[in-house]
Amino acid sequence: MSGVRASEKSGSATQFAEEFDGKPLPPMAQVSGDLQREVERFLYRQAEILDDRRWDDYVALFMESGHYWMPVTEAQTTGDGVPSIFYEDVDLMRLRAKRVMHPRAWSQKPGHRTSHVVSNVIIESVDAAGNLVVRSKFYMSEFRRDAVRHFAGKYRHELKKTAGGYKIELQRVDLVNGDGTWDYVIQTWV
Amino acid sequence: MSTVTIGSKADINAMVEPDRVHKRCYTDQAIFDAEIERIFERTWIYVGHESQVKNVGDYYTTLIGRQPVIMVRAKDGKVNVVYNRCPHRGAMLCADHSGNTGTTFKCPYHAWRFNLDGTLLKIPVIEGYQGTRFDTSDPQFHMKKVARVDSYRGFVFASLVPDVPDLVTFLGGAKIAFDDMCDRAPDGEVEVVPNCFRVIQKSNWKIFLENQLDAVHPSITHEAAGRAAFEVEKDIEKRTGKKAHLQYHMLSAFTMPFHKFDAMDNVGHANGHLVFRGYMDLRRADPEMVEYLKIMNAKHGEKRTEEILSVDIHHVIGYPCLSVQPPLQQLRAIRPIGPDRTLSEIWHFRLKGAPEGMYRRALAYYQLVNSPSTTINADDLENWWRCQQGLFSSGGDWVSFHRNAGQDRVQANGTIVSVTGMSELPMRHMMGAWKNYMVKGAAQ
Repeated sequence: MSGVRASEKSGSATQFAEEFDGKPLPPMAQVSGDLQREVERFLYRQAEILDDRRWDDYVALFMESGHYWMPVTEAQTTGDGVPSIFYEDVDLMRLRAKRVMHPRAWSQKPGHRTSHVVSNVIIESVDAAGNLVVRSKFYMSEFRRDAVRHFAGKYRHELKKTAGGYKIELQRVDLVNGDGTWDYVIQTWV
Repeated sequence: MSTVTIGSKADINAMVEPDRVHKRCYTDQAIFDAEIERIFERTWIYVGHESQVKNVGDYYTTLIGRQPVIMVRAKDGKVNVVYNRCPHRGAMLCADHSGNTGTTFKCPYHAWRFNLDGTLLKIPVIEGYQGTRFDTSDPQFHMKKVARVDSYRGFVFASLVPDVPDLVTFLGGAKIAFDDMCDRAPDGEVEVVPNCFRVIQKSNWKIFLENQLDAVHPSITHEAAGRAAFEVEKDIEKRTGKKAHLQYHMLSAFTMPFHKFDAMDNVGHANGHLVFRGYMDLRRADPEMVEYLKIMNAKHGEKRTEEILSVDIHHVIGYPCLSVQPPLQQLRAIRPIGPDRTLSEIWHFRLKGAPEGMYRRALAYYQLVNSPSTTINADDLENWWRCQQGLFSSGGDWVSFHRNAGQDRVQANGTIVSVTGMSELPMRHMMGAWKNYMVKGAAQ
């Protein structure tokens, strides 16, 4: 809560100073090229699933305990009990998927198409069980009814290593303009 | 129509009939400009909540009509509302949505400084003004204060003109929006929760207000979200053997059958305000409600608690700029930008003294219905846009508000009650108020 308040109260110039002054760079683990490529493949696959509008497949990328979280500002440290743009467990994600696929979801007539590019993949940490924390950058172009919108920002994935491959425990999505004014809404995950 | 001046009394009267209104009310730039001048800049407009500006120098910026204003907490504890304009060369003094300006406003252009009530404090190179018409006591060299500022239970309103009734009189029947929300707080007060979601509607501001109390649209507009929520709700209950969190019901309830909406009703109050009564199932057996009831009973006694909770209001319209859902602790303020463009500022509140679980209910509604990822408003915004586009066409001249027209029941106290929750009374009632404002403004 306090993080949200701070950003709501301080002007943008002071906010930058407060956030980065004297803080060390975010961590970056030394990993093998193989692990790096494996993680990148996972992120590319996720982007492809989103762009192909395979909503059930997208939800299936998450642990049953997993969350998709898009905070309003970078200062937020949790999505639990704090207003966010998205804070969805897998049940709420299933709701979103069902709604978007429903034949009478009027704002999906026409629907939207997206193209994601994921890059700048940095593995932040690897624990003994092989679970990962991964930061990356994305750019998403969205087309709907003659208009293109642009979304950019960063992902932070907490990935669990399971017998069936990596699963998402938490996907955090920070848009560069999360606290800006929204022209229309976003109907599916970014 | 060609001989009638746009926006004149005759023009306004011709556009608003008891059961239909002319499309120009929604599409004409000249009518929109007149609305801003005669309604938004001539009555009480919601600015923000006192808890948005807790400390000295805390400010919040928004619009009253077309006027950018600053709500600020002054050193004496008062909440002031001043025009966001430096009297020197016109620069806006606060360019962020919110922040803290310290103990003064300081212009970033030439460092003119002002007290938090807008009065001029200091300007650099003052000697250059000797022998000129500049005079520090002249109001034109101070930040302009809005004519009237008042608050009701922490909700701050302002008027750009002095000749308005006092705030409580103006609010009249809409006052209950704030009473109901605050009374539900064990401490009798609510507190705003940052952040504010800001969403642009590509439609006329009246379309939003009309939608809020339109009880026929939910099960049609929101069928997809409602059905999806219902399926997941049932699935959770099957899987866990327990009731799913209220948030699923909040969404599945959008597909309630017509007869349930029929049992509700709308009450029209003076100045265009409206109260939509009925249907707030708070599910008293839920753990957070049990805990909350215990606190409320201890604080107020069972009788008073029951009195507070039996106020069964789904929605209040504070005409012309507010949509409030007191039991859900939600508030949406609209700022018209153009005939087909409306900014909505969306807030939710914490009931002071209530358990966290009660806040979580409000938060769930805020995120699922009102956030920029909403599965509910996505379809509303689509429909409003479609309405706006259709109204621009020459395929017809009128907007129909015929449902249950002629059946509205006028009460002894002057309020008007609908025969069914699905009546188009709210639309007729608001356009009646619109006509009053617009005709009155035409004469001035």
